[in-house]
Amino acid sequence: MVFQRDGKTTQVLRDVNLQVAPGEFVCILGPSGCGKSTLLSTMAGFLSPSSGEVKIDGELVTGPSPRRIFVFQERGLFPWLTVEGNIAFGLFKLSRLERDRRIAYYVKLVGLEGFEKAYPSELSGGMKQRLEVARALAVNPDMLFLDEPFGALDSITRLTMRRELLRIWEAERNTIIFVTHDIDEAVQLADRVAVMSDRPATIQQIVTIDIPHPRDLSSPRYLELRNGIFDQLGLAHKV
Amino acid sequence: MQLSLNSFLPLSLRVRLRPIAFIAALLIAWQIAVSRSPVHILPGPSEVVGGIVDLIRHGLLLKYIVASLFRVTWGFLLAACLAIPIGLHVGWHRRAEMALNPLIQIFRPISPLAWIPIAILWLGVGDLSSIFLIFLGCFFPLLLTAINAVQNVPAVHANVARNFGLSPAAVVYRVLYPAVVPQLIVGLRITLGVAWLVVVAAEMIAVNSGLGFLIVDARNAGNRYDLVVAGMVIIGLIGLLLDLGMRSLERVKSLRWSYSED
Repeated sequence: MVFQRDGKTTQVLRDVNLQVAPGEFVCILGPSGCGKSTLLSTMAGFLSPSSGEVKIDGELVTGPSPRRIFVFQERGLFPWLTVEGNIAFGLFKLSRLERDRRIAYYVKLVGLEGFEKAYPSELSGGMKQRLEVARALAVNPDMLFLDEPFGALDSITRLTMRRELLRIWEAERNTIIFVTHDIDEAVQLADRVAVMSDRPATIQQIVTIDIPHPRDLSSPRYLELRNGIFDQLGLAHKV
Repeated sequence: MQLSLNSFLPLSLRVRLRPIAFIAALLIAWQIAVSRSPVHILPGPSEVVGGIVDLIRHGLLLKYIVASLFRVTWGFLLAACLAIPIGLHVGWHRRAEMALNPLIQIFRPISPLAWIPIAILWLGVGDLSSIFLIFLGCFFPLLLTAINAVQNVPAVHANVARNFGLSPAAVVYRVLYPAVVPQLIVGLRITLGVAWLVVVAAEMIAVNSGLGFLIVDARNAGNRYDLVVAGMVIIGLIGLLLDLGMRSLERVKSLRWSYSED
């Protein structure tokens, strides 16, 4: 993947080959600026690769589609719509009854009952993120792309949100591709972690996390896998 | 025991009364200064009130206020109906903006008042020329507000809309229009203020009725400075009411969000 700007050509991604199975939770892990967001945007169809192709279910991806919803950080919410209005945004093809049913279901699923008529400016960061997820899920997509969705939250809320996301994923079982720079987050959430190198980024290693959920953050296997990634990235074990 | 005025009134009332108390103090100071001064260079508040009563008695006050408001309304609405759609379109399409921008930048700095001779030449003395001047004074600010409002809409909103499968037209209707409303309303409020300024100036030269005409005519027809100041006071008060009216529109809940919180 090559970008051109101000006369400079930057190769952001190089030789990326990734296969994802349906219902899988895959994390793309790498330091900031390594190109993982670019990779995600390309997969979702917002960017087209300068070479190579993205195929989903055997079909070439040429643009964004409601089957693959990208969850932006809270900025993606529409501030002029209430919680209900935002969730209903993608549901314009459904009947009134079906729409209301889905809104009620997803409000409950993400834990925003009582806030249906609130505006995003009245919600906390964590609640806004949950609303984003609810809006994405309401259209029943096959895939969800999440680009560091918990980046703007404090670390305590992040732990809670990870549990919430896993709970929702276990209920819905969409395929999730989750970009993060946080090693622990990747090991806590994903079935497989694709560790990326620096720019021009390529996938260094794909680690399979074979611990069943709920994962014990102190278990030896968790620490073993996490340390393995630390080593892969060339990071020291001590601060 | 300590007694003070403060303890009698609740805070919210005290805060509201402060500007009124301040204005009252200024009026008293004005009256005193005028009655003490040997040279009559400015009418006092009592004379101004007398002037206003005079106007009411001759049935002119309401007539002039309505005339000015009529022109402002027409000029402002015409400008809004043209400038906002054009501005939204130009802001949305990069190429349109590049094509039109030099033209906008050339016409914008020309004060509407510089158009007065041409307005009178084309439209004669009367309502049409003053409406035309107000239209000019409002058109460019509203055009730029609309262009700016579109360009301030974060790109992520359009991307989300495309992601959910909205057609390009639906992206404009369901995302762009709601997103620009708060900025447009602020722009409309400010431009309404400009319209009110322009109408007074336009009426001084190009028409035979209205508050601007009142001021010029009062001086020419007998040095009635009490009417001059009365006219100024009424212009100020109506300007204030127009502004307050627009601000109350800004406070509607679903329009109250804005991007500045980021």
